[in-house]
Amino acid sequence: MIVGILALQGAFIEHVNILKNLNINSILVKNKEDLENINALIIPGGESTSIGKLLDVFHMKSSLEKKISQGLPVWGTCAGMILLAKKISNDERIHMPLIDITVVRNGYGRQLGSFCIYEKIKGINKPFPMVFIRAPYIEQVGKNVEVLAIVNGKIVAAKQNNILVTSFHPELTDDLRMHQYFLTMIQ
Amino acid sequence: MENRYDLNKNLAQMLKGGVIMDVTNEEQAKIAEQAGACAVMALERVPADIRRDGGIARMSDPQMIKKIQKAVSIPVMAKVRIGHFVEAQILEAIEIDFIDESEVLTPADHLYHIDKTKFKAPFVCGARNIGEALRRIGEGASMIRTKGEAGTGDVVEAVKHMRTMTSQIRKIVGMGEEELMNISKELGAPYDLIQYVHKTGKLPVVNFAAGGIATPADAALMMQLGCDGVFVGSGIFKSGNPQKRAEAIVKAVTHYNEPSILAQLSEDLGEAMNGISVQSLSEDMKLSKRGW
Repeated sequence: MIVGILALQGAFIEHVNILKNLNINSILVKNKEDLENINALIIPGGESTSIGKLLDVFHMKSSLEKKISQGLPVWGTCAGMILLAKKISNDERIHMPLIDITVVRNGYGRQLGSFCIYEKIKGINKPFPMVFIRAPYIEQVGKNVEVLAIVNGKIVAAKQNNILVTSFHPELTDDLRMHQYFLTMIQ
Repeated sequence: MENRYDLNKNLAQMLKGGVIMDVTNEEQAKIAEQAGACAVMALERVPADIRRDGGIARMSDPQMIKKIQKAVSIPVMAKVRIGHFVEAQILEAIEIDFIDESEVLTPADHLYHIDKTKFKAPFVCGARNIGEALRRIGEGASMIRTKGEAGTGDVVEAVKHMRTMTSQIRKIVGMGEEELMNISKELGAPYDLIQYVHKTGKLPVVNFAAGGIATPADAALMMQLGCDGVFVGSGIFKSGNPQKRAEAIVKAVTHYNEPSILAQLSEDLGEAMNGISVQSLSEDMKLSKRGW
């Protein structure tokens, strides 16, 4: 099994390192061709406008959208969540509207609003260290979306079929459980 | 369990593989964001103009910074003078995402840098070598950048600073543990951070390139030398076609290792900024000498 990590901009090496700890092979996905050789994809944290722009200019968006619609397991962390959201309540830029959620960008404000907290995630035993960096949160979910975590009344993790999204960054911790959870979504 | 310093280092990690662009107004900020910049540096004059105008260069007008914060959704950084902790307090009060304690502005203290541990906002600082980098990290910087020679469009100093750091890191990694205290003394760097470098072979924070980057090739050069991302100051908005050049530099940082893509995006960019060779500068004109 090979997990692709979208490597256009952002914290992609952190995901590679966690997967290495789990003995999972990964490749950096930088162009369309790389998408052909992967069984799943992680869209990392970074700047969503930056990654979205690069998806566009390197002509990867439509192939990627198609792959995900056809069932490629995908996990978006932070910026990745924004890139996969059907709606963004405070931005007209929609990137790949694949998961039926409405997201608020920079939902906790600027960097001074960044925080870390231990909270429960459905399907994972014991609280998980959640690192929020200028993070988005989910304001609304469609009826086919399963809510996985709520922190202070805001949805911060959700899943719809093959698509997983988290507002926080498990790749910035040494906790492997969220990555293990994602691996169970891959056939 | 909140650890502000970790969160601040984490934000720097999110900027990796990206380009941070100097902008002087909302229009430029929007151009930068649309071109794919991962953050912008808000300042009143780009380094090339500061160099030309002379005089004292200070923190920018908070009102101007606030306008840029409103205009874009990406992180906004701004510069303070070396040692000017009140300018830093002011930037923190307007919720800046990153403070650059910068040699590009006129230093306010000839001995001490800001005690960055006193702040919630993250700091980035310039460095010419590993000693300087580790001193800044010891003071609480969450991110390092090469100093290069800002406002020249000449990449030679940035290359020198990055190569110096890499070679010093290799040396420290190869040392015996009994040698670490002495090298710590020689470099003027905190012992615990020397130990960290010895053990891991890297800096404990993200390291960007800055100072003199003017073309996609310059940006890719710095990435191939091992930088995590790139600051472009005067290089974009002092060029013939800022929009196109900005976008090309963003793409070059993503595909820094693919010459055929670099060739394509280096085509027809219009005029690069009209630079000054660092060699022609007298020693007292070099901004990179500021910082202690």
